[in-house]
Amino acid sequence: MNGISPELVRHVALLSRLELSEGETCRFGDDLANILDYVAKLNELDTSSIPPTSHSFKMSNVFREDVVQPSLTNPEALANAPDAENDCFKVPAVIQEL
Amino acid sequence: MPRYEPVIGFEVHVELCTNTKIFCGCSTRFGAPPNTQVCPVCLGMPGVLPVVNRKAVEFAIRTAIALNCGITKYTTFDRKNYYYPDLPKNYQISQNYASLGTSGWVDIDVNGTVKRVRINNVHLEEDAGKLLHPEIPGANYSLVDLNRAGTPLVEIVSEPDLGTADEALAYMNTLKNLLEYIEVSDCKMQEGRLRFEVNISLRESGAAKLGTKVEIKNLNSMKTALKCIGHETRRQTALLERGEKVFQETRLWDEAASVTRAMRSKEVAHDYRYFPDPDLVEIHITDEWQEQVRAHLPELPDAKRQRFIAEYDLPEYDARLLTASKTVATYYERAAAAHNNPKAISNWMMTEVLRELRERDIEPDDFPLKPEGLAAIVEMIDDARISGKIAKDVFAKAAQSGRDPGEIVNAEGLLQVTDTGEIEKWVDEAIAENPDMVAKVKAGQTKTFQALVGQIMKKSRGKANPALVNELLKSRIP
Repeated sequence: MNGISPELVRHVALLSRLELSEGETCRFGDDLANILDYVAKLNELDTSSIPPTSHSFKMSNVFREDVVQPSLTNPEALANAPDAENDCFKVPAVIQEL
Repeated sequence: MPRYEPVIGFEVHVELCTNTKIFCGCSTRFGAPPNTQVCPVCLGMPGVLPVVNRKAVEFAIRTAIALNCGITKYTTFDRKNYYYPDLPKNYQISQNYASLGTSGWVDIDVNGTVKRVRINNVHLEEDAGKLLHPEIPGANYSLVDLNRAGTPLVEIVSEPDLGTADEALAYMNTLKNLLEYIEVSDCKMQEGRLRFEVNISLRESGAAKLGTKVEIKNLNSMKTALKCIGHETRRQTALLERGEKVFQETRLWDEAASVTRAMRSKEVAHDYRYFPDPDLVEIHITDEWQEQVRAHLPELPDAKRQRFIAEYDLPEYDARLLTASKTVATYYERAAAAHNNPKAISNWMMTEVLRELRERDIEPDDFPLKPEGLAAIVEMIDDARISGKIAKDVFAKAAQSGRDPGEIVNAEGLLQVTDTGEIEKWVDEAIAENPDMVAKVKAGQTKTFQALVGQIMKKSRGKANPALVNELLKSRIP
């Protein structure tokens, strides 16, 4: 069984911007370990002669031409924003983190 | 020799001059009101699908070819995951596993010495939006304009092959000129079209082993990049000399304080979890496509230089200087087309025109004296209508005002005097006024002869034909 340390759980949680309690950190460690074990079954297959695949069907060169299409209006663009100001999306300050 | 030497590499972001964004049909025009060039795709709405702009791919192929890269036959897009409000999807579509171009090089000219800089890769990605920070003191929010989000970028990643600020500057200039040559970007740095990230480490002078590398983001001009290299070299030197370690980290340039600052490590944990973007299928760049792009490539600096040598019979030195920038080369070609004396025009370009451009920090397009005007000045010299000295004055006036040089010459009565009678009068006057000089010339002092010629030219207010003055003076003082 894969060991998932509490540090690793906290790191993954940070990357996902999730806040976990101590109990949750412990529980998700076990859950994640189980998931990895399950997926690890695939390692039993010999895939040495198969190239890595990222898409389930073979398709290439899907393009659009460089022609301008209408955009949304500013009110439409901001319609779902939790907060807006001066025609912009308003978000918590990030200047310190920049 | 200093104990430590810097080892510098660059990541250069270039906004491509396509009409539309890389994955949607929104315009990329600069300066539109906030959030008016956005759609569900570039806003990162759920369920939307990106479709690649063919032109952006072609511009990237063009860039890769111009930088002597190998073109990846099957190139793909990947997701680079991180949270930041200027990135609405919480991932940036970039290329990590199969960059479009790899293993290239570009030659730079560092004060007359050519150096080859290796290019690790050239890849396509999307730009992020813009964060505006309110100027209200203590404001605890930021504003986001997503017009720029999704603008196609080409990122050019060099190997750490640069060792001095001069080399770094030459590299940045060479890239800018090349990108202008191949017409993939207007490279307007004041609009953020060309942005630099520097990585820099120090090593013991002459040693092969590299030190710990620091990356600095947020450099919007060449001047800033150079300041940053200077500061970071001093900072790391001081650390090492105190026996401390350089941390591998990303730092930001703080323009106001002219220093680099560490980013909080939590925020920049380099854990981007790249994976292939399932919404975008691979791009197959066939040999035919590549050849087609190559065939339509605008003339590159090297080819233009060779052509200038062959077509205008210019020395290598002239050709190199005139083709370093596309706009300068175009100015020259227009002048050379207007009057057939390519070498004389080249001389005027290299001395007068380039100096004026440098001093005023402007592009040839903004120079008041048009190429045809420069050609007219050279033509008037060639036709003996004005002397070289008068020509300099006419140039200075035309360069200031943009007035037509021919009109300046006529209006100010600057036409050269070739009437022997008139010149003889000045010669005789000068001889009469300077008996001691005449005696010295008779004694064989050639320097004094030239000084006497100068006296005569002065009497004519620069308008006498110098060859005639020489001839007449010689005949008067045997």
